[in-house]
Amino acid sequence: MSQRKVLQGNVIVAKAALAAGCDFFAGYPITPSSEIAQYMSREMPKMERVFIQMEDEIASLGACIGASLAGRKTLTATSGPGFSLMQEHIGMAVMAEVPVVIVNVMRGGPSTGMPTKPSQADMMQARWGTHGDHPIIVVYPAFSEELFSETIRAFNLAEKYWNPVIILMDEVIAKAHMDVEIPEPGSYDVYWEKTHQISDLNIYDRKIGENPPRVDFFHGYPIHIDGLEHDAHGWPSFDAKTVDKMQKLRMQKIYQNLDDIIKYKEYFLDDAEVMIFSFGISARSALAAVKIAREQGIKAGLFQALTVWPFPRAALQERFKKIKKVLTVEMNMGQMKYEVERIAPCDVEKQTLLRANGFPFTPDEVLDAVKEFVK
Amino acid sequence: MRDYEKYIRYRTFPTPWCPGCGDGVILKSIAMAFADLKLDPDNIIVVAGIGCSGRMPTYFNTNTLHATHGRALTFATGIKLAQPEKLVVVISGDGDATAIGGNHLIHAARRNIGIKMILINNGIYGMTGGQVSPLTPPKFFTETTPYGNIEPHFNVRKLLTAAEASFVARETVNRLMQLKQVIKKSFQHKGFSVVEVMSNCHVNLGRRNKMKSPLVMTKYIKDITLNMADYEKLPPEEMERKYPLGIFMENTQRLEYTDLYYNHIVPVAQQSGAKGEK
Repeated sequence: MSQRKVLQGNVIVAKAALAAGCDFFAGYPITPSSEIAQYMSREMPKMERVFIQMEDEIASLGACIGASLAGRKTLTATSGPGFSLMQEHIGMAVMAEVPVVIVNVMRGGPSTGMPTKPSQADMMQARWGTHGDHPIIVVYPAFSEELFSETIRAFNLAEKYWNPVIILMDEVIAKAHMDVEIPEPGSYDVYWEKTHQISDLNIYDRKIGENPPRVDFFHGYPIHIDGLEHDAHGWPSFDAKTVDKMQKLRMQKIYQNLDDIIKYKEYFLDDAEVMIFSFGISARSALAAVKIAREQGIKAGLFQALTVWPFPRAALQERFKKIKKVLTVEMNMGQMKYEVERIAPCDVEKQTLLRANGFPFTPDEVLDAVKEFVK
Repeated sequence: MRDYEKYIRYRTFPTPWCPGCGDGVILKSIAMAFADLKLDPDNIIVVAGIGCSGRMPTYFNTNTLHATHGRALTFATGIKLAQPEKLVVVISGDGDATAIGGNHLIHAARRNIGIKMILINNGIYGMTGGQVSPLTPPKFFTETTPYGNIEPHFNVRKLLTAAEASFVARETVNRLMQLKQVIKKSFQHKGFSVVEVMSNCHVNLGRRNKMKSPLVMTKYIKDITLNMADYEKLPPEEMERKYPLGIFMENTQRLEYTDLYYNHIVPVAQQSGAKGEK
């Protein structure tokens, strides 16, 4: 039986992580994500899993990568400033192809900013925070059930594609208690590939576009994992042809599997004249606004991105064939609007509703923006 | 083939180290310690950060991880907690361990997690071309102290004993057999151990300080190091310039962190009866 409960957003994510088989958590306290660590510290010992509070966020992600390579499913949770500290290790995880899930409960920034206020201003940090060319998967739940399902999905994607996966969350959703249905174990898929019996040291040898097989330490073969650019054996190599292939391997495992990775929800879009593009808490307000607009005869619809990176480009472009007005609603000074602008054809009118003062949009504010736009 | 050679990954040779570098001696002494203890290569993981020392794991025929600058201990902490029965060895240079990684060093010591650290002290950032490190001796010339180093250096022995590391030792690359013995002892120790190895960087430190040949530089290391018993007899002003050798701390009373963790959670798990499913 599934259970209906009233739980805090952070706790729903932590519960989902445990349900996904997360058996290693390393973290560092930071508002507004601390409840995830607190819940894990209480629940993980009961399940004989590992919880450790590290000395900083750099160490937290380092420990997660190490544990992941030693066969664990790992999670860490943080907020903007801690997420910045983690960026170097996100690059390491991409380079060495290590699965790890990172929760970033966004708060007002930059710097210490507004620790107890929400923002959606780490959209670009999540995509481009670490150095070098890299693929990244970022999921962004908004509604209570999504907190659970998207966390499970984040773990599955990390395991499947051997890449760091970032879960973005809003401070208000993380801290709020909400009515949620916790599904029964077995009613959702948990991806857990058994470690391949490694028969050769060519651990990175595969065709471009293929998922990497799971490789762990301590499986009978003396493997080498490196943050340096490496060849199929994982041994350092700067040979131009090899580097070229490795870059493509890492990128294309994501970009040739977009159908599997990208997820979005569409509300009232089939006959819509104006489409709202949004995510997270802003999408919640936007959906309420769309419903009121429909009652008032305004043909508005909502495109809610659940995978924000890679950007749901194809799905949006399909919509732009008929819908010629797009309103991007986000709690920042304009980040994802550039992605929308990049892909929207010239004949599509683009408008934005932006704000980063620590207060989420109300449905009325979104509604006003829609009305203004269709006038 | 000698018995320690099965721990060496010849396929990845040659090493990037300059001729005469102490890193080769350290590589060999660690492999010899593995061989003496007859360890299964698959039960060993060698982790390192960045720098000349960071390249060392590549040449061990064990599980190996070349991680990020200064953070090798964090990766090792994750590995040790995930697989407590494995031998987790961390190799770190002086810049790696005491500058960028200084925080992780004292916290690993505080936790007493069973990681075996080999801290290679050549007093310089070698791979980046010879910049001053927190262990560069005073007045030495480097690329970033062209008028001489004015900063005092860390005393690793005092730093780690103050942080309550349970095993602290110092050796030099001049004494291979002693070095192997100390490393072996540290591997047998249960908690966090650090073996500081005084090594030579005649190319990037020696060259700028009238010691450009490996022989002159290893002679210099011989001159500044001495046994603890002799060290204690020195007048205070002499003590500052000298480095005592030997095992300074071997505390077998402190519980190792992973032992502590897993023993601590057993009653919690038993009481709740909820075992995790994987």
